[in-house]
Amino acid sequence: MRALDLDYMLGLVPVILGYVPLTIGMALAAMVCALALASLMAVERVVRVPVLDQFVQLFISFFRGTPLLVQLFLFYYGLPQILPVLAGINGVTAAIIGLTLHFSAYMAESIRAAILGVDRSQWEAAQAVGMTQVQSMRRIILPQAARVAAPTLVNYFIDMIKSTSLAFTLGVTEMMGATQKEAAGSFLYFEAFLVVAMLYWAIVETLSFLQKRLERRLNKAFAR
Amino acid sequence: MISIRGLTKRYGTNTVLDAIDLDIAEGEHVAIIGPSGTGKSTLLRCLNYLDRPDGGVIRIGDMTIDAATARPADILALRRRTAFVFQSYALFANKTARENITEALITVQRKPRAEAEARANAILGEIGLSDKASAYPAALSGGQQQRIGIGRAMAQDASLMLFDEPTSALDPEWVGEVLDLMRRVAERRQTMLIVTHEMQFAREIADRVIFMDGGRIVEQGPPAQLFDAPRDERTESFLRRVTKA
Repeated sequence: MRALDLDYMLGLVPVILGYVPLTIGMALAAMVCALALASLMAVERVVRVPVLDQFVQLFISFFRGTPLLVQLFLFYYGLPQILPVLAGINGVTAAIIGLTLHFSAYMAESIRAAILGVDRSQWEAAQAVGMTQVQSMRRIILPQAARVAAPTLVNYFIDMIKSTSLAFTLGVTEMMGATQKEAAGSFLYFEAFLVVAMLYWAIVETLSFLQKRLERRLNKAFAR
Repeated sequence: MISIRGLTKRYGTNTVLDAIDLDIAEGEHVAIIGPSGTGKSTLLRCLNYLDRPDGGVIRIGDMTIDAATARPADILALRRRTAFVFQSYALFANKTARENITEALITVQRKPRAEAEARANAILGEIGLSDKASAYPAALSGGQQQRIGIGRAMAQDASLMLFDEPTSALDPEWVGEVLDLMRRVAERRQTMLIVTHEMQFAREIADRVIFMDGGRIVEQGPPAQLFDAPRDERTESFLRRVTKA
């Protein structure tokens, strides 16, 4: 066994750190889109609009039922052959779309469960003061569902950050892609991948810390 | 003037409300008593379409809603003329005491925030909870929550206030303060329809008491007559049972 090349590792840290904004940026963009899409699907699953409901169920089933990597390849390498408009799509955009669709399917189910978990009397009270269904959902039900769903959703976000590493298979030079290139030049694969693993870990730990603070904030209304 | 004609509600083959006819004058306080499961709460819930009636017409002032033709806009219009006080308070759990009162003022009545807050502060003063304005429901006692529930209903300036057993879920120590507040609401000539098990309170506050059984109005009259000289055998046996307990 040879000794670790610590100098190489230390030198690599700033190089890979330079790609953190892209990784976080892709994850954030996908998270915002996925949250919006998942909320719409969750509300639809609760209200059950005929026809649309079957479509949403099919969507959720497909995106939960197939691997993310397969979905990314399908969008990036496959779809442009069928739909020429997509030919110009770049890897980053394709990755964001893929992550959005994939994670929104999971998140929709969590949000749906959280909505159904809000006490029925909250609906009735909102209706009784004259709110429309949309107002009741937006002002009373969703904020309470958010508190229940928050820990799970943050976990999906953490999963999403790690999943951005798959974007390197679409030719995107993000943290993983950059590491791959560095390692291919130096042949110090262990050092390079260890550094990137540590950096992912550090990002996730930071998020877990923020997660606890967010939960405390959301629970404010429910503290005795 | 509120008029209810033929209000009917069925669950499957079970008729819970059997063609109820009822008129309530402006400023009148009507108490509904009767055994549980006889449709008292269902009547209240059908009056603002929390439960949609299967038939019947409700007229409040110049507004008419017919169960056969009611569209969502009609139901919203009805709910904006009625206020509902729940047995379980049902305060918005994600809103403070003040926000529970301002919520409908802002989203439903489209009042400017400052005006809504001024109104809420005035109401909080009347219900004696100014110091709890920023507290969330989970931090309040049952009695305080129900007073805010009534405050929220007061803010609606509704033609008809519906009370669905407002003290039944309360620990005995909080019942008094809620009944006191209802007395004060009544003193302002607010039209009230109250389902209650508090016989003494009904006798004292109501202009008219209705005894319901089996989804029908069995008997109604001024409290003194209904409580002291009931005409129907069912009313008499019910009153005997509840006053013995």
